Amino acid sequence: MSDSHSDKNVHDEVSELETKSATAARLFDIRRIIGGLFAVYGVIVMIAGFAASDAEIDKAQGVNINLWTGVGMLILGIFFLAWLKLRPTAPPPPPMEDGPEK
Amino acid sequence: MQTPTYLAAELRLPTNWLDYTILGIYFVVVLGIGFAARRSVKTSLDFFLSGRSLPAWVTGLAFVAANLGATEILGMAANSAQYGVYTTHWYWIGAIPAMVFLGLVMMPFYYGSKVRSVPEFLLLRFDKASHLLSSALFAVAAILIAGVNLYALAIVVEALLGWPEWVAIVVAGFFVLAYITLGGLSSAIYNEVLQFFVILAGLIPITILGLKKVGGWDGLSDSLSQSRGSDFMTAWGGTGIGSDNPLGANWLTIVLGLGFVLSFGYWTTNFAEVQRALSAKNLSAAQRTPLIAAFPKIFIVFVVMIPGLVAAVLVPKIGTPGSDLQYNDAIPYLMQQLLPNGVLGIAVTGLLAAFMAGMAANISSFNTVFTTDIWQKYVKKDRPDEYYVRFGRLITVIGVLASIGTAFLASSFSNIMSYLQTLFSFFNVPMFVVFIIGMFWKRASMKSGFWGLIAGTTAAMVNYFVIYKQGIIDIPSDQGANFVSAIAGFVAGAVVMVAVSLFTAPKPVSELQGLVYGTTSPGMSEAPAKGDDAWYRKPALLGWGAVVLAAACYIPFSF
Repeated sequence: MSDSHSDKNVHDEVSELETKSATAARLFDIRRIIGGLFAVYGVIVMIAGFAASDAEIDKAQGVNINLWTGVGMLILGIFFLAWLKLRPTAPPPPPMEDGPEK
Repeated sequence: MQTPTYLAAELRLPTNWLDYTILGIYFVVVLGIGFAARRSVKTSLDFFLSGRSLPAWVTGLAFVAANLGATEILGMAANSAQYGVYTTHWYWIGAIPAMVFLGLVMMPFYYGSKVRSVPEFLLLRFDKASHLLSSALFAVAAILIAGVNLYALAIVVEALLGWPEWVAIVVAGFFVLAYITLGGLSSAIYNEVLQFFVILAGLIPITILGLKKVGGWDGLSDSLSQSRGSDFMTAWGGTGIGSDNPLGANWLTIVLGLGFVLSFGYWTTNFAEVQRALSAKNLSAAQRTPLIAAFPKIFIVFVVMIPGLVAAVLVPKIGTPGSDLQYNDAIPYLMQQLLPNGVLGIAVTGLLAAFMAGMAANISSFNTVFTTDIWQKYVKKDRPDEYYVRFGRLITVIGVLASIGTAFLASSFSNIMSYLQTLFSFFNVPMFVVFIIGMFWKRASMKSGFWGLIAGTTAAMVNYFVIYKQGIIDIPSDQGANFVSAIAGFVAGAVVMVAVSLFTAPKPVSELQGLVYGTTSPGMSEAPAKGDDAWYRKPALLGWGAVVLAAACYIPFSF
């Protein structure tokens, strides 16, 4: 067979790259970004809700939609930040023993 | 996917500084993610597959977001305004079973064999001919779809915000280019997860206010049953074989064509989707990627379909020559009518984010296939790993520039683009045949993959462009013809594969380990990582749970 890329080659090549990979150790946690952005958005939209004019409320079928959307987004933001706080990023896999269960 | 169409000029949104502040913050965060992810890119595996190290909830949400591009959102709302509750088929039967099959049945072979792309699996299971054919077609299709996405974005942004088309194309292209070149797949996936939440934050208020405006679900349902007939509000009404319905399809072509062939082809072999699962941190997380994605997918239909239906009530003539509004305008129209500044900014941001994510998913899968499957295997072999990281960044730039070019082309030849998209969609069908036979029948020979791909694609195209378009058989709509063509392609691909296999040499058994059902590769039988044995992380439970839930969702819409 002239096919130089047999199963073994790809498997070994990727296994070797996995040992050198830096993502697990160096990539930040996305929960921080989602939490931060939604908290900021939530506050901005809530403020717009507090300042809503009657015309705006009428447009939105009598609902202060800015206020409610703002509250929802803020809660989602706090949820992600709390999740991050309670369960911080797990250390990268190689060291087998994990903290909490000792 | 719907072809982009011009939006009515009077859809201009009353955006103000507040909405632009919200949009501006989003663009800053998008770039920030790119810069912050850059330091995690050390090897080509980091750049193309996030080092196979992401948690399942991240890859799962990215999996669903990669499909939740704006063309999908606007297109499915359009579908609902035109065909009604039939839209649910694209979700409950046209996505969930395929996603569950990918997670439970196919993922052990994909992830366990450590392939970096879908074409690479074909290389291991079949031969170079099938590999090169699928890699090249995928690369071209990805650029085309990215370009069509950009063009669609430009039209929408021009109508809604008044930016000239070229400004929107260049700005969106630049941001996608920047964050993928910097952070690779990690940056694309993180942005998809963020986009998932932002788009929902925009769509949920539209859905709630829209429902309120038409008198709740009952008001919506009564009004549309009266104006469009009672089948409009059911999923299966009028789909008996031989009976007439606007979709132009019966239950059999829906189940086999859409539910089985088209959907399995898209969800299980489209690398822009599968790549998200391949970047998961272990086999369990990879399996759970499409399964976690299935749950939001079941419910997303409501925030897309309801705005479409509401628009059909508010603008009874929508999509007909008697109205300035087209079906695709359903969501922008409701944004304009219902949302005050603030939430409006969130919705605009969500829509732009969805366009960018739709493009980014294609670019980040394109650069992987082009680098690892084409360049590294056929052009410049055995270079040091750093070379391929640099090349991956370079090809990302070239890919984005090419799709910007495609977007400008699309603005003058949009019909050609929609034909090309149909063409490429036919290639997905035989991909699925080849995968399924290759994974379950170890006798399927090395050459059978290539010929199965060719035969299936040809059959689907002949059925669509000759038999249907020339009127040899009568199918009432393009959608219906699409379903039938998919079935034809599937059958032809399967027959040819079996025939070719019987006359050509099988792959030696030693080279099939971990690629065919009943064999395992090292790593596949690994014990689950700590915590992954929790009951709510069991793939079988998640998968069957999603199937049962999707089936249950049909009940209220079936009678």
